[in-house]
Amino acid sequence: MTVAYHRKPVLWDVDFDAPEQSLIAVVGPNGAGKSTLIKACLGLVPRASGQVEFWGSAYRSVRSRVGYVPQRESVDWDFPVSALDVVCMGRYRRIGWCRPVGRAHKRAAMECLERVGLATLAKRQISQLSGGQQQRVFLARALAQDADLYFMDEPFAGVDAATERAIIDVLRELRSSGRTVICVHHDLQTVPEYFDHALLLNMRVVAAGPVSEVFTSQNLHRTYGGRLTLLSEAAEAVARSG
Amino acid sequence: MLLSLAQSDRAAFSPPDAGDGWSTLDQIVSTLTLQAGFNTSIVVVGTTLLGLAAGIIGVFALLRRRALVCDALSHATLPGMALAFITAAVLGADGRTLPVLLSGAAVSGVLGVLAIQLILRCTRLREDAAIGIVLSVFFGIGIVLLSVIQQMPTGNAGGLRQFIYGQTAAMSVGDAVLMGAIALLACLATVLLLKEFAVVCFNDAFARVSGWPVSLVDLGIMALVVLVTVAGLQAVGLLLVVAMLIVPPVAARFWTERLWLLVIVAGVIGGLSGYLGAATSALLPRKPAGGVIVLTSGVIFVISMVCAPARGVLAASWRRFRLRLRIAGEHILEEAFEHRGGDGQASLSAAQLRALATLRGWPRGLRRMLVSLLRLRGHLTATPEGGVVLTPQGHTAGARISRNHRLWEQYLISYADIAPSHVDWSVDQVEHVLSESLVRELEAALRDAGTEVPA
Repeated sequence: MTVAYHRKPVLWDVDFDAPEQSLIAVVGPNGAGKSTLIKACLGLVPRASGQVEFWGSAYRSVRSRVGYVPQRESVDWDFPVSALDVVCMGRYRRIGWCRPVGRAHKRAAMECLERVGLATLAKRQISQLSGGQQQRVFLARALAQDADLYFMDEPFAGVDAATERAIIDVLRELRSSGRTVICVHHDLQTVPEYFDHALLLNMRVVAAGPVSEVFTSQNLHRTYGGRLTLLSEAAEAVARSG
Repeated sequence: MLLSLAQSDRAAFSPPDAGDGWSTLDQIVSTLTLQAGFNTSIVVVGTTLLGLAAGIIGVFALLRRRALVCDALSHATLPGMALAFITAAVLGADGRTLPVLLSGAAVSGVLGVLAIQLILRCTRLREDAAIGIVLSVFFGIGIVLLSVIQQMPTGNAGGLRQFIYGQTAAMSVGDAVLMGAIALLACLATVLLLKEFAVVCFNDAFARVSGWPVSLVDLGIMALVVLVTVAGLQAVGLLLVVAMLIVPPVAARFWTERLWLLVIVAGVIGGLSGYLGAATSALLPRKPAGGVIVLTSGVIFVISMVCAPARGVLAASWRRFRLRLRIAGEHILEEAFEHRGGDGQASLSAAQLRALATLRGWPRGLRRMLVSLLRLRGHLTATPEGGVVLTPQGHTAGARISRNHRLWEQYLISYADIAPSHVDWSVDQVEHVLSESLVRELEAALRDAGTEVPA
């Protein structure tokens, strides 16, 4: 798979097979294309080439089995809804067109809020939550989707310790119930502790596999140390000639 | 549906015997209660319904951040109307019928919005630049076309000019019915599609991933906006119609934090400004209704901004002021507690009190006010020399604040790596807002770390 913005490629030849029932970290420096990888998988940005398959079929046909946690900064938190309303959005597709959110769905959403430890804040307007609480609301919304595969864009970014614990507990819970989570992650220190697999990314896949195998200092140096000058220059050249 | 001819500039729209002077109370009451003649009542009802529809739809335009796109849309209707007029005239028909003009308006308005999208997709221009370009260029084309019409043998651009500034008076029964239908449609769409609109407006990427056809929902919102805009052209004119879409929801936002309530309040504010605006302009001699309607909603906006209890400016300042008073009062209690003498009596002399006020930058009035407030609450009593003595109740409060101060100080030094010399300022802010659960957490954290927990 290759992805390009304004003819400038940001991801080259990504070929990766995510193992089931595991927690996978997508790791790389700023501008490595981590978020882009997730968005391209979900069809949020157009792919220049290549394809993404979910359980052997196209994304369109398995949408209900895929959950998504976008970056916290991607929305306006002054939006006039409560925490519970946001979590209910995870159930909307199940409820279907033109029908109100029923009591059973509200109860399900409430349970998801409980799982992330925010049941007492359900009625609060979302701008009155702390950053970590907002992130947990997003996680609860993904839980409400009840998917088999989750894509999470930096769920640990800028959160407090309590939130980090709550999130990792939920992730482990998901894994033990047979789900797969693909997570953009920026904190190298916690990768071996939190995740089973890692995908080291810097515009292309540097290494991928079980954390114990790929998380070597050599691979990390190839990912972070020394920019991939040749690749960047080639990208510049493509942009110029375009 | 029965649609009127767009009438010429001077339509019969004035209350009975309204000369150039001010209206009598009778006239005001009869206009507001729809008894001031058929024409006036039609106009008032029609603009009320239009305001209701625009307020409701405006909520979603605003939440989807399309406020300026709506402005571009309304400006871009002018060339469409002019072209429709010219085409009809060339074909030998009367170009001044409303359906012809409004269809042209809708088509070129939508073209304007598409032009913005096209510019955004093909270039790296930002949205504000794209909107600015489309808005002014389309409007410019419209103005040029108007002058072309003026020179045509059949031409009289006067009938078209009314769409720039609006002419509420030209509203017929058919138009009022049309406004009613649009208002009904807006209500219906909101009731049925509130959650679809909400998820797309709040987080379109999530909506797309979970399988909602975001473009289709967007198209629905935009179609409603176009409908309201085109319907509002005649009443308030293309320059001001955007205000009917945007001002009511912005004003409503000050009153509520719930989406469904926001929709209702915005609809009510929109309807109210239409009603009051049209009625007022009927009573004032020769004042254009469009401007008065927008002014009315502007007044409601200012009132909301200042007075709304949830997010209004007054409420926020009041909350800040109370917090400041509380913190300042606690400083007095803390200071007195820490100056307690050997007999355990916590007090401050007049000089100490003045020194504290100078240190904290309190004006003299505030210092007196604080002492009176604390006396009222029974935290202290004043001495004849101008000092204060803590009551047992004040003593307890002072002890709690002083302890919180030391707890937080200790925590910052041992956890946050803040140099002890820099700790005091931030402690001053935080110690007053520590909740009991947070205090217990602090104690536990310090105990776990083997640090001494202040008694």
